[in-house]
Parts: sequence; structure tokens; C-alpha cells
Amino acid sequence: MRQDHLISAANLSREGIEAVLDRAAAIDADPAAYRQRHAGAVLALCFFEPSTRTKMSFDTAMKRLGGTTVDMGTVESSSVKKGETLADTVRVVEGYADAIVLRHPSEGAAKMASEFVDVPLVNAGDGAGQHPSQTLLDLYTIRERSGLDDLSIGIMGDLKYGRTVHSLAHALTNFDVRQHFISPESLRLPRNVRFDLHEAGAQVREHTDLDEVLPELDVLYVTRIQRERFPDENEYRAVAGQYRIDEETLETARDDLSVMHPLPRVDEIAPEVDETEYATYFEQAHNGIPVRMALLDELLTRFKEGGR
Amino acid sequence: MSDHELRVSKIRNGTVIDHVTAGQALNVLAILGIDGSEGEGVSIGMNVPSDRLGRKDVVKVEDRELSQSEVEVLSLIAPEASINIIRDYDVVEKSRVDRPETVAGLLSCPNRNCITNDDEPIASKFTVVADGVRCTYCGEIVRDDIAAHLDVQG
Repeated sequence: MRQDHLISAANLSREGIEAVLDRAAAIDADPAAYRQRHAGAVLALCFFEPSTRTKMSFDTAMKRLGGTTVDMGTVESSSVKKGETLADTVRVVEGYADAIVLRHPSEGAAKMASEFVDVPLVNAGDGAGQHPSQTLLDLYTIRERSGLDDLSIGIMGDLKYGRTVHSLAHALTNFDVRQHFISPESLRLPRNVRFDLHEAGAQVREHTDLDEVLPELDVLYVTRIQRERFPDENEYRAVAGQYRIDEETLETARDDLSVMHPLPRVDEIAPEVDETEYATYFEQAHNGIPVRMALLDELLTRFKEGGR
Repeated sequence: MSDHELRVSKIRNGTVIDHVTAGQALNVLAILGIDGSEGEGVSIGMNVPSDRLGRKDVVKVEDRELSQSEVEVLSLIAPEASINIIRDYDVVEKSRVDRPETVAGLLSCPNRNCITNDDEPIASKFTVVADGVRCTYCGEIVRDDIAAHLDVQG
């Protein structure tokens, strides 16, 4: 098995992250220079769960590198509906494409799939597990705004099931960052992520109240509190309002606070915040293109150099 | 053997698993897939005094020697255990269990949403960590209730 995959942010080093972000900055500065860089290359989009942003973002990134994409379509219209295993699906798709982007509802799906293919495979979300390409664009956005060291970063919302949170928390252990996790007790970080952060010696604090920590934050990364995760609707209502950001909430925030969100949002960030200097989430989403171009460029180039 | 162990009789051929973590004897039998239905002789001592452990369990199984995979899983729930192979009433081989770096195909991942619980052509795989095991695929950590996730049946 080749190691040219991106499965988990836990496997990313500072050097590896900076290499992708530097390349993304170069692409951002001169996109025309990359327009034909991977002409003729094919990227397979295997999304076993609905996705709009991530899928379109990878699709666009590949096309801006001069390549093309093939899309397996929805699960309902694919051979998965006939009972085909994921292992078989990726082994077949490997013959069609130079790289595979996989989203799947089961944790560990990308890791397993990578054991069956020789072409680079990117985890675009595996259940409540990981979403490492999102993390790279999150880090790019943070770096553009404030650098990646000597920061206090608050991560708020559904920390238990939020795969973007798990990936970001892992990746931030490579930098001099104080991580503050803000959530209802029932949606705290899962035990395995806390274990990794402890092992990495990360500076971590957990909170249930944003006000405790907001004034010291450089970044507030908000995720959706997922109503469907709560067994009791009343329990959801009791906490959901506490984790909503509006202009009033942000009164005690620093002027240079950056509010981020992997999107889609529902009502956890009020639209009035969009017009403030705090709002970084649309810029964050746009950064997905150069960052995913950089990631694909690196994986495809390394793979090509290694010979197929 | 100490007087305490003489509470249960010697066996002629088979395995004595000594220094089992107190309270784990029945789980050891579960690992070995022994429920008495095959007619094998089984003796258990539970919570007997031990110089080394304070309290320990002892399991004696007649006409049965452990496989390597059985010993590996045994090491996860009874890391202090020693294995004595008995032939014609004599101990012919005595060894301590060793914790392996990984165990494959022996435990089910307790995360129901882990890919290893889907119908895929892979075996479960766990890395052995300081005080438990960790699923190589989804990262789930199992500490106190490893025996509850055993797949091994003899």
C-alpha cells in the first residue's frame, strides 16, 4: 500500500501542513500558472453521503488544475444499492481515476478503502471521524488572518460528532495553540480525541459557557449543534440557544476575533454577524479551492513521480 | 502448588492458567469458548489469595492447550497470567503472557458505526495501548470492558 493518502489529520505533521498551505498560497497568488498542471488527470468523486460544498470544491479544484472528474452519483443510483461492498467499489474506481475522494457514513471507511487501492485517496469525511481536507483549509484561513502560533482558539458546538472539529483539534497540536472546547456536557469531545490531545501534550480547556473564554480568543470556530443527536427535543432546546452567536454575544470579543464555521450553518450564527469584521466563514469556504488544488497537486505529483 | 490451589484437584493433561486477574475467570472461559457443553473438565478458583496479586483467579482446563491467538487475547484481560501446560500431571511448559502490539480478528469494535462492523472484507484490528486497545480504523478506545467485545470462540 502506498502512503500517498490523506486519511486523518492525526497523521499530519507541521512540515506537511505548511507545505500544502505554502502551495495553496502560491496557487492563490498565480492561479493561471496551475491551469494545465494536471491536464488529462481524472479524479473520482465517491460520495456515499450527501455533500454540496466539499464535492463541488474538489470538483472545481481538479478542473482548475486542468483535470476532469468522474462522479459515482448518489448511493441510490449506484451499485452500492445492489449490495456492493466499499472495498469492491474503490477497487473498481481505482481503474478509472488517478485519485479518489471518498465520503462515507462509517468511521474508518477511508482508512479501510486506502488499504484496497494504489491511487491516492482523500478522506472527505468518514462518519463522525475525520475531515482532514476541511482542516487544511481551516488552517489556511487562520494562517492568512493571524499566523498559526501563539493563538487561543475556541471550538464550539457539537464536539462529539463533529468530524471537522476532531480533525482540527488533531492538526492544531502541531502549533503553539491554546485550544478551548465549548459545548454542552452531552456533546463533549469523544474519549479517543481527548486521549490524543493529552498524548500530544496539547494545551486544552473545556467549557460549557462561551462567556468564560470569549474575550481571550483569536478564533472562534463554530459548528452546528445537531438537533438529531439529542434523544429529547427539550434537552436540545435547553442548550441550543446558549451556543448562538449574534452581535450582542460578540460584545466582549476582541476586535480582531475571527468567527469561522465549516458550513452549512442553520441558526448558530445570526445573519447580522455576516456584515461584521468578525465573519470569516465565507472566505474560509472560498479557500477550499486553492487548498484542495494544492492538496491534489501534491498527491498527484508525488504519485506520478513514484510511477503507477 | 500452594495449599490454596489444592482446593481444586490436579489435572492429568491440559492447561492451568494461573494469576488471572481476580474476577476474570469466566471471561477466560469465554475466550476459550468453553461452556461445558463438550464435556471437558474445567476447574475454577476465584478470588483466591495470591502473594503477587493479592487476589487472583485460577482456571484449569483438561485436555486442552491454548493457541497463540487465545493467549494474545488472554493477555488483554489478564496481563499477569501465567500459562502452565500439564502432561501426565507434570508442568512441562510454563510461560507468562505477552501483550502483543496489535490484535486482529479477535475483538469487535464497540463503535457500531465503525467500518469493521459493516459487511466489508476486513477483520477488526486493534492496537494495544497502555491500558486497553484501540481500533485501528475508527480510533475507538476500549479499556475496562474488553472481554465484552471478544469474538473468539475456541
